[in-house]
Amino acid sequence: MYDPHIRINKWNVWYGSDHALVNITADIPAKGITTIIGPSGCGKTTLLKSMNRLLDEMAGTRVKGQVWLDGINIYDPGVDVTEVRTRVGFLAPKPFPLPMSIYDNVAYGPRIHRHTLNSRGGNDHDLDGIVENNLRAAGLWEEVKDRLRTSATRLSTGQQQRLCLARALAVEPDVLLCDEPTSALDPIAAQKIEAQLQALKKERTIVVVTHMLRQARRMADYVILLWMGELVETGPAMQVFVNPRDERTRAYLDGDIG
Amino acid sequence: MGNPAENFKRGKRGKLYLQERLLQSNHSLVKNDMRKIGLSTQTGYVGKWLDISKYLPRRTLDRLAKKWMGFQAIAVAMLVPLIAFALLFRAQPILTAKSLRELLLGTNWHPLKQAFGFYPFIMGTLWVTLTSMVIAVPPSLMTAIYLAEYAPKRIRALAKPLIDLLAGIPSVVYGVWGVLTVVPFIRNHVAPTLERWSSFIPLFRSDNTTGYSVLAGGLVLAVMVFPIIIAVAEEVIHAVPQDLREASLALGATRWQTIKFVTLRKAFAGVMAAIALAFSRAFGETMAVMMVVGNVPQAPSSFLDSAYPLTALIANNYGEMMSIPLYDAALLGAALLLMLVVLIFNITSRLVLVRLMGHF
Repeated sequence: MYDPHIRINKWNVWYGSDHALVNITADIPAKGITTIIGPSGCGKTTLLKSMNRLLDEMAGTRVKGQVWLDGINIYDPGVDVTEVRTRVGFLAPKPFPLPMSIYDNVAYGPRIHRHTLNSRGGNDHDLDGIVENNLRAAGLWEEVKDRLRTSATRLSTGQQQRLCLARALAVEPDVLLCDEPTSALDPIAAQKIEAQLQALKKERTIVVVTHMLRQARRMADYVILLWMGELVETGPAMQVFVNPRDERTRAYLDGDIG
Repeated sequence: MGNPAENFKRGKRGKLYLQERLLQSNHSLVKNDMRKIGLSTQTGYVGKWLDISKYLPRRTLDRLAKKWMGFQAIAVAMLVPLIAFALLFRAQPILTAKSLRELLLGTNWHPLKQAFGFYPFIMGTLWVTLTSMVIAVPPSLMTAIYLAEYAPKRIRALAKPLIDLLAGIPSVVYGVWGVLTVVPFIRNHVAPTLERWSSFIPLFRSDNTTGYSVLAGGLVLAVMVFPIIIAVAEEVIHAVPQDLREASLALGATRWQTIKFVTLRKAFAGVMAAIALAFSRAFGETMAVMMVVGNVPQAPSSFLDSAYPLTALIANNYGEMMSIPLYDAALLGAALLLMLVVLIFNITSRLVLVRLMGHF
């Protein structure tokens, strides 16, 4: 039907004794926006963080199953986790600019991957280009082009979130994971982020976790619905929203649960 | 349940208090109940006359208590400026008799000839303190980073109190350790080795063969300030928000890159404050240092030279030969100098920490 970019196979996550995700099997199609929806506490963020192994950073987690990215199980012992995270970008719910200038924030990723950049013949001159291109792609360039060297923490929250988007894009990930990317923003700033993601989905696979059903309806090409750690329904947005197969999906969409 | 005396007995209050409260109600029924549960109905327990609440209304007592404790708090807080003022007052004679330049840069220390140059002692203090910093800072910072960033929860929970324990060891014990272990080690191993291989470097060359040296003082002090740097730096690094680390890790940075470029950068001011705090501690340390540095009044020019820090000067000489004019004032002037330097470092680093962490 479609070409999967990430395949999640019989995926289980435990926090201590709490079984947070139970036997999830789902495909994330290449390109387009996949939204993960479901009531709060159902494991949306856990599933998202499984895809770039940020889960490793939480103490006391245990996992079972596979997450395949381009034919590689990213939980294989031999896999370089930094390589995974270079391919799979991440946008957190609240913007956390690094303690440095706007320019350095965007240049951070390319700089720490300098060795790969250098092998492609990159240099500092290119860095200026990378910073500008990604700030444009995040829709922030016009607002900050005259103050690239000022501290990133002086930007508004909405601007900071777009800076974080530019920072994530600068590593040129194939996949972009967004964890409730607009939950900390006002409606106008949120709308800007949504618009940027819509523009980006032509070249990239984007996964958005959201608890706002209306946002999911606006953005989604594909949908994954979780319910208390279990997968309820997955498929193209039209099918899930218009003609859900599962009773719980219908109840959730009608606002009866969650 | 209906018996008030029983009810009181169930509570956590003391028996005497209970007895007093019940008697205050002065009701025959209550007295009956008290007898039933074995409480005396006689007034006048020991210390009863101490209970001011009988003579003063509770609210007045509360106000008085507040005032009294407030006064105590202010009195304690006033100690530092008071000591500083007293030192300044007692050092006044030497400050008027000699110029500041003469005191700070004069190399001659002959109280009998009225020569009071602090320079050798200031240099002694600086040499020993800076040596200890050079030795202490790298391993302590690495320990702090390990504990805050890499160590499993269990190891962290175990190591932190152990390290804090180091801070509680009396300094004279460190001094004894220095005399018994560090000084012979330097005399028998470090000094000969340095002489053979690196005597072309002036910093490692000396005629002093006793082992009592700047290096010995620096080593002992380094061990003494480990817990300060580790504890404060660890806390500062640990306080960097987890999301900030994840922001860097999510970009494909390694853990070490994240620590280097993000965590330490965010914690930089606090780490500096930790070092400054340790510096002021080492600067003012007396007992452990004077037991191992040799106490020869000269400005050292090598790590193997003896030194005579300001603290040792005061501790060794105050109270003796006080009939020499200006001697007393000179030693208290040294104390004033010491106190000012320590205070400045201490206050600055604590201000930084307060801004960063909201406590200390």
